[in-house]
This record gives sequence, C-alpha cells and structure tokens, in this order.
Amino acid sequence: MMELLVLFYEFLKIGLFSVGGGLATLPFLYRLAEKYPWFSPEQIPDMIAVSESTPGPLGVNMATYAGFQHSGVMGSIFATVGLVLPSLVIILVISGFLEKFRSNKYVEYTFYGLRPAVTGLIGAAGFGVLIGALFHSASFRELEFAALGSQIGWKELILFVVLCVATSRWKKHPVFYIALSGAIGILFAF
Amino acid sequence: MKELWILFSTFCKIGGFTFGGGYAMLPMLQKEVVEKQKWATEDEVLDYFAIGQCTPGIIFVNTATFIGYKQKGIAGAVAATLGSIFPSLIIVMVIAAALQNFAELAVVQHAFGGIRVAVSVLIFHAVIGMWKKSVVDTVCILIAAAAFLLSLWVRLSPIWIVLAAGILGIAVSVGREGKKP
Repeated sequence: MMELLVLFYEFLKIGLFSVGGGLATLPFLYRLAEKYPWFSPEQIPDMIAVSESTPGPLGVNMATYAGFQHSGVMGSIFATVGLVLPSLVIILVISGFLEKFRSNKYVEYTFYGLRPAVTGLIGAAGFGVLIGALFHSASFRELEFAALGSQIGWKELILFVVLCVATSRWKKHPVFYIALSGAIGILFAF
Repeated sequence: MKELWILFSTFCKIGGFTFGGGYAMLPMLQKEVVEKQKWATEDEVLDYFAIGQCTPGIIFVNTATFIGYKQKGIAGAVAATLGSIFPSLIIVMVIAAALQNFAELAVVQHAFGGIRVAVSVLIFHAVIGMWKKSVVDTVCILIAAAAFLLSLWVRLSPIWIVLAAGILGIAVSVGREGKKP
C-alpha cells in the first residue's frame, strides 16, 4: 500500500507541474526512472510507442503504462488518477472566473517563460531517446566518444535518416511510422 | 444520474476513438459535444481547449473537466474526467500486460529496436513544432537552452526548471512593461 501511495504522490506532482500537453510528462518519467526501480530509462521509448499507438491522450496512456510497470492494475489506476487529480481541482477552483483567468496578463507572462522551458525539457528527453535508439549504449553518459564508431548502430542510423525525410515529406499518422519501423526492425533484425 | 452517465460515456467514446490527444481530439469533441449533445458551442469548446492548455495536466482531460463541470457541477466534472481516462486505462493495461509476457521474444525486441528510432523522430518533430510556436525572442532561446542543458547535464528536476521558467517569464515581462512609457 505504501508503495502505491508513493506512486500516487509522484504522479500527483507530475500532474501539477506538466504543462503544455502531449509529451510534457516525458521529462518527469525519466526523472522517475532514475529515482525509483519501477522501470528503467530504456523502457520509456517503448512506453511512448505503445502510448502513441493506442487511443487516448498520450500523457494518460504513459501514466497508465508506467503505473502498470510499478504494480499492475492497481499501479495503473493510482498513477493515472494521481496525474489528473491536480488539474481537476485547479479547474474546479478557477471555473468561476475562467475568462478572467484566460485573459490575465500574469498567466500569459508565466507561459511566455514556461513554453520554451518545456520545449527544452522535451528536447533533452528526446535527445536521450535518440541516443538510446542509435547507439549500443544505455545512456548519453555511458557513451565512449573514442569508440563512437563501434557503438553506433548503422542500420538504426539509416532508418533514422529515412524517417526524418519521410516524416517531413508525408504527413502520415504517427502510428503508421511506428508500425512501419516495427516491421523494418523485425525484417532487418535490429 | 442519467446525465452523469451520458457525460461519462460521451468522453469515454471520444477518448477511446482518438489517437494522440491534443488537437487530434478537436474534431471528435466538436462532433460529440457541440453537434450531438449540444453542451457547448464550437467557440466555447475552442475556449476550453485554450484554457486547458494554460492549466497543468492533460489538455483533453482538462477540457472534459470543464464541460462536465458546466453541465452538472462537481459531480459532472468528476464523471467527465473519469470517462476521458477510462478507455486509456483499460486498453493500455491490456497491452502492457501482453507485452510483459512477450518482451523476451527476439521478434518483439527487433520490432522495438526499429520502433525506438521512429519514436525519436516523432519527438524530434514535436520539439520543432513547439519551438516554432513558443520561442519568439532571444530570452525564449536562452530559457529553452538553459532548460535543455540543466536537464541533460545537471539533471535538475523538471519541477524546478518549470517553476523557475514561470517566474522568469513573469519577471522579464514585468520588466519590459516598466520600460514602456
């Protein structure tokens, strides 16, 4: 039970501080992976893939998945409810003066600083995902720069370049690229 | 009670049939909430969405909370919020359970080897999109760069970075206000 309450509390914090939608919870998940033995940083890209390929908002899906890694069904429920509880309370509080809140200049000022920071945070998390995907190394810190050539996955690098070109040219749904890459991964034994 | 059930089931339906969250959910919200249930006008839904982005948490869930509250007060807010997360809970739990059993298989590992590359490309695109929308001047570039480096090298908790950036945003904007005649 104690374990579940810790999980709940951690996701409560994520719900309170993740602003900006979509991948905003990603940097927090990496922090959790470093702090607790619930799941490893290497599992996070797989969580993103599953969350992108299943219906529902990305943040909720990732919380459910992370909670499941922690302790199965109960973990999923505690993590997800923890994630949405802060915003539920905040919205109930501000619902009386919604319009004032929205046009409040201090809210606007806060977001002027927040949005670039969230961009930087997700960028850093994405960088970690990229290193994990392209190199045979657990993390950025474990990379040996002298032996970079032997650590790089050439097949992965080629797929990365192909996908970069493809995604900027054809606006297909993310699920399409995830499924395609999964098939390529099986075909060429990544 | 029936109204609460309709709130719950409507947001279940939207959550269960749209992929990706965020703006991907707008068309479905408009169809179900505006046209079918007539809980809000199209403009109101867009407003809720805008406010949902300015409050912490998941935008779609926040929008559901707003609409639920407007219809049936606190009970409505809770029903709509639970509805919006219910399909995700069930579907992702089933998949996570299945993957746990098959994670050891070579086929699954090869597949995820490829999928990780796709995920990094998708994040890359998301970051570029966010950069275009949110980084409007030099101060923003500095904040984004500082957040990136502090998170990657110093491993500062995102909570502190988010708090500091919000305070900085207010300080810089108020400072600018003071300069204007």
